[in-house]
Amino acid sequence: MALFLAGISVLAALLSGLAALAAGPNGPLRQGMPGWMEKPLFRILRENGRPAPGRFSRLARTIPFLLLGVSGGFSVAAGIIALLGGTTRTATLPLGLPWLNWHLALDPLAGFFFCVLGIPLIAASLFGPDYVREFECGKHTLSVLGLFTGLFVAGMELVLLADDAFLFMIAWELMSVASYFLVAYQHENAANRRAAFLYLLMAEIGAIAIILAFGVLAAFGGGLIFEELRNASPNPAWSSIAFVLALAGFGMKAGLVPLHTWLPEAHPAAPSHISALMSGVMLKIAVYGFIRFAFDLLSSVLWQWGVVVLLIGSASAVLGILYALQQQNLKRLLAYSSVENVGIIFTALGLALIFQSSGQSQLGTLGLVAALLHALNHALFKSLLFLGAGAILHQTHEQSLENMGGLIHRVPKLAALFLVGTLSIAALPPFNGFVSEWLFFQTALQAGSIQSGILRSLIPTASAVLALTSALAATCFVKVYGVAFLGLSRSRHIARARDVHHPGMLAGLALLAICCVLFGVLPTPLINALGALTQSLTGFVLPNISALGWLWLTPVAPEVAAYSPALVLLGTVAVGWLCYYLLYRRTGLEPRRAEPWDCGFGGLTARTQYTSGAFSMPIRRIFEPVFDTRETIEEQTEGPANTRVTKLRYQFQVLDRAWLVLYEPSGRAVTRLARWVGRLQTGNIRTYLGYSFFTLIVLLWVVS
Amino acid sequence: MAWLMAIFQTLLFIGLAPLLAGWIKRVKCRLQNRKAPSLFQPYRDLRKLYRKRPIVPHPASWIFRAAPYIVFASTVLAAATVPLVAIHLPTARVADVIVLVGFFALGRTFLVLAGMDIGTTFGGMGSSREMTISSLAEPAMLMAVFTLAMSAHTTNLSQAVNFVLDSGLVLRPSFVFAMGGLILVAIAETGRIPVDNPATHLELTMIHEAMILEYSGRWLALIEWASQIKLMLYGVLIANIFFPWGIAETFTLNALGMGLGMIVLKLAVLAVMLALSEVLFAKMRIFRVQEYLSFAYLLSVLGMLSHIILEAAR
Repeated sequence: MALFLAGISVLAALLSGLAALAAGPNGPLRQGMPGWMEKPLFRILRENGRPAPGRFSRLARTIPFLLLGVSGGFSVAAGIIALLGGTTRTATLPLGLPWLNWHLALDPLAGFFFCVLGIPLIAASLFGPDYVREFECGKHTLSVLGLFTGLFVAGMELVLLADDAFLFMIAWELMSVASYFLVAYQHENAANRRAAFLYLLMAEIGAIAIILAFGVLAAFGGGLIFEELRNASPNPAWSSIAFVLALAGFGMKAGLVPLHTWLPEAHPAAPSHISALMSGVMLKIAVYGFIRFAFDLLSSVLWQWGVVVLLIGSASAVLGILYALQQQNLKRLLAYSSVENVGIIFTALGLALIFQSSGQSQLGTLGLVAALLHALNHALFKSLLFLGAGAILHQTHEQSLENMGGLIHRVPKLAALFLVGTLSIAALPPFNGFVSEWLFFQTALQAGSIQSGILRSLIPTASAVLALTSALAATCFVKVYGVAFLGLSRSRHIARARDVHHPGMLAGLALLAICCVLFGVLPTPLINALGALTQSLTGFVLPNISALGWLWLTPVAPEVAAYSPALVLLGTVAVGWLCYYLLYRRTGLEPRRAEPWDCGFGGLTARTQYTSGAFSMPIRRIFEPVFDTRETIEEQTEGPANTRVTKLRYQFQVLDRAWLVLYEPSGRAVTRLARWVGRLQTGNIRTYLGYSFFTLIVLLWVVS
Repeated sequence: MAWLMAIFQTLLFIGLAPLLAGWIKRVKCRLQNRKAPSLFQPYRDLRKLYRKRPIVPHPASWIFRAAPYIVFASTVLAAATVPLVAIHLPTARVADVIVLVGFFALGRTFLVLAGMDIGTTFGGMGSSREMTISSLAEPAMLMAVFTLAMSAHTTNLSQAVNFVLDSGLVLRPSFVFAMGGLILVAIAETGRIPVDNPATHLELTMIHEAMILEYSGRWLALIEWASQIKLMLYGVLIANIFFPWGIAETFTLNALGMGLGMIVLKLAVLAVMLALSEVLFAKMRIFRVQEYLSFAYLLSVLGMLSHIILEAAR
């Protein structure tokens, strides 16, 4: 049943791609319509009988998104059934290689990630139809966008369904390549082309690493089906090699430092609903791949792996958020913050691996639950923020924080929904981001039960780094909200922005915002639902999670730690309302409007406000060694002895150190190598004949 | 009964906070050879502000109006979770010490947003500095409370205090470090000298005051009151975690009276120490604060490590 629903969702995604293709300007729906459907469709497609060449009619624009929404709905349904059912359904399709048919399986882990995929997908499909309208008049047809979106989603769903390495890699490549075309959609922009190429390059290098990782296991297991890989028992050296390859491959897709550089380039380049899916969902598919490989396929776990994952995860978390703080482009900032959140997820996974390898599977389960919960939460609030950024882009055509400001007066509904996302990602109680970080800290605090002293002191240090990260994340997103939505407008088109009137857009955002609040306030039922999943991966469930009732979250035991987000929300609202009642209703003093204090000089303008760069300046200065800051001040002076400054231009740029340290040298090395190899190719026919001759002689010598 | 007790304790907390602020001011005045205002002056100030008509600056949105209520509510909830007079109260189960840090973060976030809502330079400056300082102070605080939590095997404050009470008078190196870290954080987070100066309105030196510059009337009253509660909260945390003796373990009248007397005494002593340090030290330059806070962070991490290496070794 669940597998059937999942299959339908894959089909719906594929169909949505085909529908977009068919409805395109050269598609069958426009050109040669079959006679029987020409009349009714003609009427609908060409509005009021007026042909609209090159333009999608409302229906043709909506159908692909409708199918995507159907796909999302079926994904969630299949996911919930698989998660609660707790059994694994398998099927074999008569496709693929002659000796290896496609094996499909839907177990609770895949089911959970189907839910992670489904909810943002529904939101994106609600958001999309109005959002893509502006692309209609652009150079590129919407059918390309629709086709690759469908393939991209279908690829992600197939990755989750795959039960053999062959299908897994096909689906993985489908996902990667389709998303490459989505990143390159607006390819008239050179930066987008560069971003897309970088993305494709890194995705393919990652894919090679994953293939090799599967290859190692397959060599020991004797086959590519996951069941055979599970039964493989390589020695520790080979399983470590497989683990490192998998970490590199999946980590590259997930955006772990230092393999994250494609992420802040590619995510802003894609259209916003695609960025939401890429950042919210595709990174989670990589997390899924890693969990599948490390917790499911590899039979034994070494503590050194946990340490490596913990260190890389913490580094990604803190560097990601530090770079995010220095970005002025909203979508780029969100992309860097994805690096941070993936870092948090991997830190929690590292904790889980360490606990599990030292025999504390119960605590390992807690770490795994923290990681899974954060994956879901991040999918929700990051999609919300990306779609919100898309809505701002749609209303104002502005991406730079330095030009925004005062949007709360222009787009009040969007501002309220964006605030929910901001508070969630800043990990404030009682929103959902806080729950997963709280669980992480609770796991880390149990480090005392580990025997090894080094690990016991490593884990608290990692949690110290995570504490810093979460505080910096709050700073970062307070900055985003304060600079973009509050204060005075910094440019004219922002001051004239119109409110979002598209119900679909608002509905998509509202769905995600509601989920953020809901999972933040009532996390316990959700964690209870993960029981079957953890049972199948680690062999344990969290028995005490609802020891005090469903309102309370008690990860270890009631006397160790308890948190009741619902009561926290209730208390906050009650106290706040009581104050409001006592202070406002009872006195009845209406506030008076007045000018803000301007030190008596008069004329406060938007230019005297703190900008985004100014807000994060103290952090930039404190963490100076992390950044490569380029600051230039150009001065034009004239008059006697050049004393009068006529023009002043200030520019600053914060560059990613990973580029300078890792990427540029390796890029240069590749170029040098290519040039060196290129010497073979002289262009002279005699030399080539010489090569052939010598090759022939060598071959004859080998054969004889 | 227990819930009633918890509500009563929270009300006591809220009620006593201005008194503590008055006491600090009084001690400070005496130390500086000035004539001190009455101990109840903070209450009079709050009453005065309550009766005044508040002013909304033109560019402000609903965030500006809502922020004081959220700040106050989150501070009150934080106060509800901290054992003041008695332990074993049910509110400690609703939110543990990590959530306590989260409550502070929630209040601060809205205060900072309100500061940016007006679109003046002061608001932005105060907001930026507040977030910078708190993003360094919050991890130090978390590390300090983690030291406690790892020793006591719980993040529930009531249980943790109970643990310290049960284990009697032992000198733990980790607690010494953690207390040092927590005191430094408390001074930074409550905006006292040498990080911020609550008495100044000199433009370039203020942080907390810069954010709330536009507030007036009942909103200002709420924010002032919330910051007084926050000051007392840190005092109670330090007093009751590291020196919990005297706190009521049962709900008998004697024990409660004893608990109340002891906490008043402890807070009075802490306040004198705070006033002394404020008189003796000068305010730091803003870019020295990170050194101060990284010292606090270091102390907390040292506390954690010394717990793991010295105390938890088997």
